[in-house]
Amino acid sequence: MSVEIKAVEIKPLRNTFTNVAELIGGDKPASRYQEATLGTQAQTNMHYRPTWEPGFELFDPRRSAIQMREWYDLRDPRQLYYSSWTIQRAKEQETQEANFDFVESRCLHLSLSPEVKKLAIDVLLPLRHAAWGANMNNNELCSRAYSEVLISPAIMQAMDNLGIAQYLTRLGLMLEEPEILDTAKAQWMNGAAWQPLRHLTEDSFVIRDFMEIFLVQNFVVDGLLYPLIYDRFVDDSLTSRGGSAVAMLTSFMPLWFTQSSKWVDGVLKVAAAESDENKALLSQWTSHWRDRTITALTPIATMAFGDQQEIMLNEVIEQFNARARKLGIDV
Amino acid sequence: MDMKASKKKLGIKERYAHMTRGLGWEPTYQPTEAVFPYDKYEGIKIHDWDKWVDPFRLTMDAYWKYQGEKDRKLYAVIEAFAQNNGHLNITDARYLSAIKLFWQGVSPLENYVVQGFARAGRHFRGEASRVACQMQAVDELRHYQTQTHSISNYNKYYNGFHSQRHMWDRVWYLSVPKSFGEDALTSGPFEFLIAISFSFEYVLTNLLFVPFMSGAAYNGDMSTVTFGFSAQSDESRHMTLGIEAIKFLLEQDPANVPIVQGWIDKWFWRGSKVLALVGMMMDYMLPKRVMSWKEAWEIYAEENGGALFRDLARYGIRPPKGWADACEAKNHISHQVWLLFYEYGGAAAFHTWSPTNEELDWLSAKYPETFDKYYRPRLEFLRDKHARGERVYQGTLPTLCTTCQIPLCFTEPGDPTKISHRETVHKDEKYVFCSDHCQEIFGNEPEKFVQSWLPVNQIYQGNCFKPDVDPTAPDFDPLKAVLEYFNYNLGRDNGEFEGSEDQQNFAKWRGQAVNN
Amino acid sequence: MSKVFIIVQANEEARPIIEALVKDNLHAVVQESPAMVRIEAEGSLTLNRNTVEELTGQPFDIQQLHVNLISISGHIDEEDDYLTVAWNN
Repeated sequence: MSVEIKAVEIKPLRNTFTNVAELIGGDKPASRYQEATLGTQAQTNMHYRPTWEPGFELFDPRRSAIQMREWYDLRDPRQLYYSSWTIQRAKEQETQEANFDFVESRCLHLSLSPEVKKLAIDVLLPLRHAAWGANMNNNELCSRAYSEVLISPAIMQAMDNLGIAQYLTRLGLMLEEPEILDTAKAQWMNGAAWQPLRHLTEDSFVIRDFMEIFLVQNFVVDGLLYPLIYDRFVDDSLTSRGGSAVAMLTSFMPLWFTQSSKWVDGVLKVAAAESDENKALLSQWTSHWRDRTITALTPIATMAFGDQQEIMLNEVIEQFNARARKLGIDV
Repeated sequence: MDMKASKKKLGIKERYAHMTRGLGWEPTYQPTEAVFPYDKYEGIKIHDWDKWVDPFRLTMDAYWKYQGEKDRKLYAVIEAFAQNNGHLNITDARYLSAIKLFWQGVSPLENYVVQGFARAGRHFRGEASRVACQMQAVDELRHYQTQTHSISNYNKYYNGFHSQRHMWDRVWYLSVPKSFGEDALTSGPFEFLIAISFSFEYVLTNLLFVPFMSGAAYNGDMSTVTFGFSAQSDESRHMTLGIEAIKFLLEQDPANVPIVQGWIDKWFWRGSKVLALVGMMMDYMLPKRVMSWKEAWEIYAEENGGALFRDLARYGIRPPKGWADACEAKNHISHQVWLLFYEYGGAAAFHTWSPTNEELDWLSAKYPETFDKYYRPRLEFLRDKHARGERVYQGTLPTLCTTCQIPLCFTEPGDPTKISHRETVHKDEKYVFCSDHCQEIFGNEPEKFVQSWLPVNQIYQGNCFKPDVDPTAPDFDPLKAVLEYFNYNLGRDNGEFEGSEDQQNFAKWRGQAVNN
Repeated sequence: MSKVFIIVQANEEARPIIEALVKDNLHAVVQESPAMVRIEAEGSLTLNRNTVEELTGQPFDIQQLHVNLISISGHIDEEDDYLTVAWNN
């Protein structure tokens, strides 16, 4: 006797949402990233003008001088949506937490030489304020950006910036008494070496063009600061002087920078390729803010590298310029 | 020497202070007013941002840890639901209408407030308040996206889910939540916070999520109940932000009290109107019901809100102006809204139907003072007409309230037989309202509310047709053209449930699943 | 006096939290609904870390409450060892 087993076969009526299908070339199976971000921001028939900015509509691409025929082309190559972001960060924080435990349980932070410890504190702790500044800028980006493909990664980036500021805070609390945070803040506020960077950061707070905010913070400032501080200072210079405990306590930062650069590059490349006007504007912003950032980082590099300062900075600048050119930005 | 022993162990509050408010600074290279341009114009006075109390003290590492844990669980359910055709486990295909309405009208609001909280999270001067707002911003992104991924599976098999963004921007009844969200987003940061964190999250959101999601569980929808409760675990933090925010504003300066009271009056009323849709979902769209709208209102608005306003009385805050009217409306609102949608069912992107006798009896028992007297006869009349082959569909366009944008369907306080209707003339134009409170909201901000994009008025002005449509063509059907502008699949998304494609497919597929 | 409440999901992780709340708040009332449990009390409710740890034999962080929390009402006071919700009236 044979029994025919009939599987339940249910044919779907459609594969995805209309707003997604319009942007992926028709109704076909869509990824979670695509369904979470493509075409989801409201586009038309808005009710009221913002009381805080009556010159614009509530959602308005004119908040940037960059122009796109299709803003949803500015996709995130990492394809992060909330869940993939938070689960990835949860894993990374677990590693970072294990590093904090490892350093503390083996008292590695106590074995740092006084010079290395002082240097690490002097260079890294005021940067928690710079990370907070980055957080402010990415919140501004999120609140002003047009299209969900920018809004969604912007708020995740902002939270990442906050996480980094908090990891630096924990580093301070592990290496020293809590008062060290006040000392570092005093440096940020009044120390001569930190004033150009604070000046630059505060100037970035008054930029209102969302693509310029994106470029200044996530491409130019981070693009010069992270390779200089975390690759060259922490991972190379401090480690070679017995400071690998510091590298363990900041292991999240270079890892995060590599990931976030993918997003930044993906967006800028497409925006620059869109038109000559975009390319010219992105190039102009990049050159202007790069030069200011170099000026701002020079005294910090002097503190970090002494007479090696120029070599280190030049390496980083060259690396940055090459990255910009690859994206179609003239520098 | 034991160096470790000399280190101070910080308590959670002290440690958290270093992790948040210790990060900020007072700018000196740019004027403070240029860095924070938006936090003065509403008239709120803050003297000391450090008086802000952090309720929950989540640092980002803990945030990632717990949110990661929540999302791993949630997505496991979403995946299992999709793989096992979990949609066939719901009680009845009528239940889908509730999820459609949630997806069309509530999920976009989650997405809206991401930007609002990011703006507050950037522009308040106090760091601790900013961090709380930022966490809410990214949480709201979570809610929108988890809802998208849960609903994605329903969209594959059922109608009405497919064009959320198009519909949100165009459809008449969705302009109710849309205008609510845009009113909040276009307000200053303090009003936004009172609107969303306090009036909506603290006073009203339990009404949306708790009984409704428990209802989803009762109706076999594991996907919705899981995203619903998972979102709600974030809401607990958001509600706490709401109550901390209001205490902070009230304690900072006595001049803030009347401003805040005005916002509470406005936003409680605005919120209660949006929730009329939820009342209909609970009383009519859940095939198995956990509690009536009225009961939910009594527990979560009257009892819990009552406790809250007794607590705020010491600051000079009284319950919202519309409180008594909203409480009276608990006996009526769900029935009035359901009847509205039943009669305009041809223009709604979800199905409506006549309740069964058993369901009518349940409603009679839950609403002893009003249901049999005012609503049951009307529902039975419509059911009888439908049975005779004359399903009632309204063809004329309703008049919308300029403020809440709901068609005039609510009755006068104290007289459930008379439709409530108010008019204001502003700069020689006539504006219509559903209630004293909506009229008063307009009166306080006429320049804002004259901008309302009222779908019915827009239809009359010819602004609701697709660009390639020719209204002068001899065979032009304006109603059909409007529904096409809404991106409806005519005859599949809208109209009566009996005989609908959703009903037939669900029956067929479930039949296949339980027999072979 | 006004009522406060804590609502948690009806699941294994929340079970010791519910038990601890009931044990330490003798005036608390437990109401079960589909998929959720509501613990309600006059005035205030306190969740103690120690009580949960005694019940489970595992370390417990007060913030773990967030994973299964559905709703909460009242002013919140969170410390390392406890969480209290209360009204000031």
